[in-house]
Amino acid sequence: MYDLLTGPLLWLVFIVTFVGLIVRVVMYIRGLNWKLDRVAYRPHLGHGLKHAARSIVFFLIPFGTHSWRSRPLFTILFFAFHIGLLVTPIFLEAHNVMLEKSLGIRLPGLPAGVADMLAWTVVVGGLFMVLRRIAFSDVRILTTAYDYILIVISVAPFATGLIARYELGNYDFWLIAHILTGEIWLLALPFTKLSHVVLFFMSRMQLGMDYGIKRGGMKGTSMSW
Amino acid sequence: MPEGTLCNKQPINTDEQLKLVLNDKGGKQYYAEMEQLDVDTEKLWNTIQKTMKSRLKTWLEICAHCGLCSESCFLYQVNGRKPEQVPSYKIQSTLGEIVKKKGQVSNEFMRHCMDVAWSWCTCCNRCGQFCPHGIDMGVMFSYLRGLLYSQGFVPWELKIGSGMHRVYRAQMDVTTEDWVETCEWMAEENEEEWPGLEIPVDKEGADIMYTCNAREPKHYPEDLAEAAILFHVAGENWTVPSEGWEQTSLSMFAGDWECCKDNVENVYAAIERLKPKRAIGTECGHAHRATVIEGPYWVGREDGQPPVPFMHYVEWLLEALETGKIKIDPAKRIKEPVTLQDSCNYVRNQGLKNVTRKIIEYIVEPGYFREMAPNKEYNYCCGGGGGFNGIGKYRPQRNVALLKKLQQIQDTGAKLVIAPCHNCWDAIRDLEEEYEIGIRWSFLKPLVINMMIVPDHLKPEE
Ligand code: SF4
Ligand code: SF4
Ligand code: SF4
Repeated sequence: MYDLLTGPLLWLVFIVTFVGLIVRVVMYIRGLNWKLDRVAYRPHLGHGLKHAARSIVFFLIPFGTHSWRSRPLFTILFFAFHIGLLVTPIFLEAHNVMLEKSLGIRLPGLPAGVADMLAWTVVVGGLFMVLRRIAFSDVRILTTAYDYILIVISVAPFATGLIARYELGNYDFWLIAHILTGEIWLLALPFTKLSHVVLFFMSRMQLGMDYGIKRGGMKGTSMSW
Repeated sequence: MPEGTLCNKQPINTDEQLKLVLNDKGGKQYYAEMEQLDVDTEKLWNTIQKTMKSRLKTWLEICAHCGLCSESCFLYQVNGRKPEQVPSYKIQSTLGEIVKKKGQVSNEFMRHCMDVAWSWCTCCNRCGQFCPHGIDMGVMFSYLRGLLYSQGFVPWELKIGSGMHRVYRAQMDVTTEDWVETCEWMAEENEEEWPGLEIPVDKEGADIMYTCNAREPKHYPEDLAEAAILFHVAGENWTVPSEGWEQTSLSMFAGDWECCKDNVENVYAAIERLKPKRAIGTECGHAHRATVIEGPYWVGREDGQPPVPFMHYVEWLLEALETGKIKIDPAKRIKEPVTLQDSCNYVRNQGLKNVTRKIIEYIVEPGYFREMAPNKEYNYCCGGGGGFNGIGKYRPQRNVALLKKLQQIQDTGAKLVIAPCHNCWDAIRDLEEEYEIGIRWSFLKPLVINMMIVPDHLKPEE
């Protein structure tokens, strides 16, 4: 079971996820339409790209935008959650060992304490995300079951990973659960709203170009947006 | 029921039809007919499939439902922070539903969408600046308005508005003759005080072609005279076209995209005909947006630019001040607390935020200018944007919407508001009428005329 899940199946999952995300990016770009979007992408590519990059960078910096500054607590929660979600799986020592076994390469590993902390951040962060959705009427009205499912999908590999790591209950069971939930998470990336892992960049790039080419960029102002 | 006589899916293309709809006071019959109007669900879905591309599709799909956009919307704030006013919710529960149901929606739902599209959102684009995913509800609502318009679900005044543009090529029934006569009349009227004052019509090869908002010749012809006086004093070689002088676009608010294209083609045709070096538009935000920012795309200009450089009035005015074409008498500068309304349409949508502030430095005594908070690209809509001002059916909602601007103005302590946008000007006027907070409001032109130094050779002989 373990061998199947970490062997051929894992490869399949990786390929589907990776190809799926690339397809989403390509589809996005192909679906841009200068006339309908009312942005002259091509003739002013320089302006466009500059502001696209600017738009992405500022939104990736905690408190980098007006928007992030207007909600400090949410911003902290949001960044902690996302950093945990991205950094932990990539740099986890255990994952690195697997990577080395199969491909012979390894990335710098995270010290166990840091990895634990990051994983906890994701779990606790996820919990707060849920609480926030329940507590605030403006977020509650937007929230659907789908949003909760996605939080569960995102947090599950971390929760199961922690349980396995602390060897609470049956280690083998929790390890398998961890691998399975991890694979579900990966598969969900291209097929659900989690596609924002790539589409965030595309959408920000598009609005950055919109501002850069039309809404101020060519008039020499760098508006934050 | 199929189509009504007044409320239907056909745009107004004849004077007859226009009068017919216009005579239905307050749109009583029009709205009654709307309740019976069929939704052409097939056409609706076809249009969506053809026109909803990456960005709208992605925006609807990836909205994280995080609520980061809620506080950004002034309508959410002034409506008691009702969750239904959260920008994301507003669009998901209207356009989002139509898409989810593949266009299979009822008449009742379409009428609900109309209410939301025209009275819960002014397409001010502020929320787009706050969404981490770069989702701009203003853009999406304007798309939704297009869908609603094509199905006949559009407020009475805007159906008429775009009809006016279609029939008269102006937002009001100002014909070419009316316009040319007004130009002559205004030149004559002011000739005594301004010897040599002209409003040259159809002069070829001038440095500037001036275009305006049809409400000026119709209701405040003095605005046209003021523009003429300022060009005259600045020594500009300018002209107005007899056709293509109207640069506003109620059709943009109505979602009548075909008509938008026609409006802009008309202005650009005047440019091609008269070959001015550049064009200047009046103090109007949406007119500028329609003709200069979005217009090039409607007519299919790949570079996204009008045929010649086309400036908003504030840009020309700053240039005239900076080059000394117009000089201000320091003694006459504004010496009372004064604030400035940033129009979304050329500030948030074209970045002209510093231009107006530099003008302020010329015309306001240092220490008297009070910024609104927030301001520049983060300023709130005046409360009457996107056509909201003109729709009788939504007057109560519009009056609530004004509260944000009221509070912003009151917080500055200023009694004078400079509003270089027709629509903002109207909203602020209505705000004073409605709430009587004791403020005055003004375009830039009359202020500058009152404080500029008039060279001796331009003064009337004793
Ligand atoms: S565009 Fe303006 S009015 Fe419309 S939802 Fe966004 S902030 Fe509110
Ligand atoms: S801020 Fe953006 S992603 Fe969040 S709810 Fe609003 S529209 Fe959706
Ligand atoms: S009227 Fe002025 S402030 Fe209001 S939406 Fe239009 S440009 Fe913006």
